[in-house]
Amino acid sequence: MRPFTFTQVQDVDTAVQEVSAEGAKFIAGGTNLLDLMKIDVMSPSHLVDITKIALNTIEETEEGGLRLGALVTNADTAYHELVESRYPLLSHAILAGATAQLRNMATNGGNLLQRTRCYYFYDTQTPCNKREPGSGCSAIKGYNRDLAILGTSEHCIATHPSDMCVALAALEATVRVKGPQGERTIPFAEFHRLPGDTPHLDSNLQPDEIITAIDLPAQGFAQHYTYLKLRDRASYAFALVSVAAALDLEGSTIKKARIALGGVAHKPWRVPEAEAFLQGKEVTTENFRRVAEAYLLGAKGYGDNTFKVELAKRAIVRALEQATKMEPTS
Amino acid sequence: MKENYTGKPANRVDGHAKVTGTAKYAAEFDVPNLAHGVVVNSAIAKGRIKSIDTSEALALEGVLEVFTHENRPGYTWLDKHYQDEDSPPGSPFRPLNSDKILFSMQPIALVVAETFELARYAALLVKVEYEREPHSTDFEANISNAYKPKKYKSTPPPDPRGDAEQAFAAAELQLEEVYSHTAQHHNPMEMHASIAIWQEDGSLIIYDKIQGVQNSQEYISNAFGVPKEKVQVYSPFVGGAFGSGLRPQYQLFLAVLAARELKRPVKVVLTRQQMFSFGHRPTTAQRIAMGASPDGKLQAIQHNAFGETSTFEDYNEDVVIWPGVLYHCDNVQVSHQLVSLDVYTPLDMRAPGGTTGTFALEIAIDEMAYKAGLDPMEFRLKNYTDTDLNEGKPFSSKELKECYRQGAERFGWANRKMEPRSMKKGHQLIGWGMAHGGWEAKQKEAAAKAVLSPEGKLEVSCATADIGTGTYTVMTQIAAETMGLPIEDVSFKLGDSSLPKSPLEGGSWTVSSVGSAVKQVCEKLQEEFLKVAQKSGHEIFKDAKPEEVSFANGRMFLSQAPAQSVLLLEVLALNEGKPLEAKVSAKPAKEQQKYSSYSHSATFAEVQVDEDLGTVKVTRLVSAIAGGKIINPKTARSQILGGTVWGIGCALEEHTVMDNHLGRFINHDLDKYHLPVNADIPETDVIFVEEKDEIVNPLGAKGLGEIGIVSVAPAIANAVFHATGKRIRRLPITLDMLM
Ligand SMILES: Cc1cc2nc3c(=O)[nH]c(=O)nc-3n(C[C@H](O)[C@H](O)[C@H](O)COP(=O)(O)OP(=O)(O)OC[C@H]3O[C@@H](n4cnc5c(N)ncnc54)[C@H](O)[C@@H]3O)c2cc1C
Ligand code: SF4
Repeated sequence: MRPFTFTQVQDVDTAVQEVSAEGAKFIAGGTNLLDLMKIDVMSPSHLVDITKIALNTIEETEEGGLRLGALVTNADTAYHELVESRYPLLSHAILAGATAQLRNMATNGGNLLQRTRCYYFYDTQTPCNKREPGSGCSAIKGYNRDLAILGTSEHCIATHPSDMCVALAALEATVRVKGPQGERTIPFAEFHRLPGDTPHLDSNLQPDEIITAIDLPAQGFAQHYTYLKLRDRASYAFALVSVAAALDLEGSTIKKARIALGGVAHKPWRVPEAEAFLQGKEVTTENFRRVAEAYLLGAKGYGDNTFKVELAKRAIVRALEQATKMEPTS
Repeated sequence: MKENYTGKPANRVDGHAKVTGTAKYAAEFDVPNLAHGVVVNSAIAKGRIKSIDTSEALALEGVLEVFTHENRPGYTWLDKHYQDEDSPPGSPFRPLNSDKILFSMQPIALVVAETFELARYAALLVKVEYEREPHSTDFEANISNAYKPKKYKSTPPPDPRGDAEQAFAAAELQLEEVYSHTAQHHNPMEMHASIAIWQEDGSLIIYDKIQGVQNSQEYISNAFGVPKEKVQVYSPFVGGAFGSGLRPQYQLFLAVLAARELKRPVKVVLTRQQMFSFGHRPTTAQRIAMGASPDGKLQAIQHNAFGETSTFEDYNEDVVIWPGVLYHCDNVQVSHQLVSLDVYTPLDMRAPGGTTGTFALEIAIDEMAYKAGLDPMEFRLKNYTDTDLNEGKPFSSKELKECYRQGAERFGWANRKMEPRSMKKGHQLIGWGMAHGGWEAKQKEAAAKAVLSPEGKLEVSCATADIGTGTYTVMTQIAAETMGLPIEDVSFKLGDSSLPKSPLEGGSWTVSSVGSAVKQVCEKLQEEFLKVAQKSGHEIFKDAKPEEVSFANGRMFLSQAPAQSVLLLEVLALNEGKPLEAKVSAKPAKEQQKYSSYSHSATFAEVQVDEDLGTVKVTRLVSAIAGGKIINPKTARSQILGGTVWGIGCALEEHTVMDNHLGRFINHDLDKYHLPVNADIPETDVIFVEEKDEIVNPLGAKGLGEIGIVSVAPAIANAVFHATGKRIRRLPITLDMLM
């Protein structure tokens, strides 16, 4: 770990000011950043501790949704009464991730900005374009079991590892941020990026911007939802493939469907056209299969992870079946 | 009544110290003026260091030195000076010996600074330029270069019996398959660590994480040319090791080297990532060809193993002894060849060879049972052996049939339908599988000392280790019972190289070897005691011979007339305030050589496999163990549970991934190298069947450190077959193989 300076701020404006310094970074729960600093993958020269800023509440919005403060912990979010009753998909997704101890520390803002778990990203003695632009991607020809099959580029095939974000994508949340130019909102689908030829950038948040909150729209799909997470052990592992599925049903007819995939791309993966296909359709396995095929169009395996293409399809079908039957988790 | 401490559950005598944090592990000793070393590891797998620039690191205030091959003082060069008790044949790795890189993550520099944080930072500033050479780390690609080692580290593969090739060709039922698993790393909770302190008189004090303090002592004495008496090694507590601490690791050498040069105590602790930079269970592929008659009698077994080793040592383990130990078959041919790669030398890991060999053999047996249309347990009974056919000796005891019986009953095996895919719940296919295994019950020579204080407190000691297995506790039990003292008045000392000679803590032989020495030293102490009693004129014992007296409840009495007794304290009071002492070195009895001794296990597993998604969950496990006398059922159960958990990991999760482009293990932390978590572990039943063995050693106990793991992975693999109809011959079994 390299030496750094540290400051704790009390309000958003000071935070934004402090972080505009060269090499500065926010620290919230620290569950991702500190690990990466210890192994020299990230080496900020100045840490701005934001945990004392009053962004730690969950409140109802005028539009009938919820505003999740960026500094509310993952645990407090998952177990919040209004989240549990109105957005249980989000609760389930959060609780499918990490461990109780980590969720107690981890914050909502930090969760969005956690970095990939690609093996090579974690080993500074190997080439990795995300860590060191231009050095090459070790994973494409190397070990890529955990890595992406959709939206990849020749420069990077990393995934975004969050579970929470998969649910947020399905729920069409909005990210509220503040920078030197003031506040702005970013629709969830536009928050994370695809690697393209800039794999070192995970999201469209500017380095001097802070996440203040995540807004959930009114519709929470509290009846028919599932977060299905498939992984190499029963807990404390990142998803090989995960599916957040939410259905708005009228009898056995689908009024609206939302599907987001985790573990398959550099961002939670959605295909709105494929979701639209389900609108007005019956809840049949055949329809679920067709939407699953559509979701994986253009998917590409890299050897160790090729099985994910088929696994993701089956997971979509299973998640939609479970959502229909009101079986929330695997 | 004599208090029987053995055979009854006892709490760990060191439990309180451990949970309150007073038990100190190697890295935790408070040493004044301590400097901290951090290791820099190689980025490449083969080649040489062209240049190593330490100037930036050295420029930091508080950095004391950076040791590299360029400034490493020239100690001895001879191989034999770097060999230790567990070295395989070959030329041991010598840290910072030259610019040559032999494996990825090889230690190439030690940065020493006033604080750990500073040393870690400075380590980032060491700039290395390499000259790469093409490496070979791809096991499968190199299997055609496999060779028979000149010398085997463990037992050489047993000689052929009968004519396996011909019998196989003639057999009506035939099976020929390859079974394999990749490398696995030990990953004990405690990382390897050493503190070295050179004294002004040239002697050396070391705190080390090791499974045998005298091994470190001898190694350092040879490598640094210091007389053994001047090297004192302590390792009172070990946070798990599983074999990783059998050989002194490089942090020890580096700490001693730095401390010597800097004339200051130095501590070196490896990181979790660096725990992947040395020994591991080797990648192994095994060909098994098996022939049987239509009614299920084994007629031929060929078991040919190929195991990974380094370029500098020939590591092998007992992978192919199992056909001869576990089955009756007249035509057996086995072999073990090595594939040398640019990796560090593999290292014994819990049940080395047993885990690997049993996994392959027991899946093959299940396959053959299906070919013969026989229930897998019935098939095993049909091919049961009462003799160790490798050695041509009877077993000193073998209650494996009782393991089958009790295990099957607890599990409900009788209700199993033979055909695969016959049980289903929703999307979950349910399967039941079983396997059995063995592990040799060895007794090695071990010494012990007993001291009975005038106050009646007994201290017994031996330089063995407690790697979490419960050595402190069982030795205390054995001593208290033998001397007839309350357990509170007895203590056991270990982990100190000045104590009586001990073998390494490994191979499941500690209870057998050290336990026998403890028992014998207490018996010798009894003789001393009787002498004192007689000398001080105790009439009742005047003509008594040692075998005519007994000890219980703090008294000595005549076995034939228990009312005739004397308080130990009374006699001790007459010994002029001096403690009573005895020493022994316990050797295996000659009688043992006529027999072969093994512990046995039978494991029954239930799994659920998702028919679409391939996810596997172990839902029930029963392991029945025949391990001779169980000294402490509580710690014994923990051993078997630990083995079971490990077996689940071995079957479904554990594997170290070699990236052959980089020549490097790439999943080198506990996020990416998966061990089972609580949620993976089902209710597990452990049964100890009664097994009397008066030959194996004076205690009749066989040792339980390794038998718990061997039959778990194949039982799970066989259950997966029963659930899905898919035969997986490669570990770990992951969902993509079953989709
Ligand atoms: C062993 C382990 C297992 C895990 N398993 C899972 C899992 O299964 N599923 C899963 O989803 N997650 C998992 N996680 C990841 C965990 O969810 C994240 O580490 C956590 O959510 C990050 O939150 P934090 O507050 O600790 O972020 P920090 O580590 O403090 O920060 C992370 C990044 O976000 C930035 N940041 C933080 N807050 C803000 C803000 N308000 N505005 C702008 N930038 C900000 C920081 O500068 C930093 O770059 C795991 C983590 C670990 C260590
Ligand atoms: S996939 Fe991305 S993160 Fe992984 S090695 Fe390639 S560039 Fe680095």
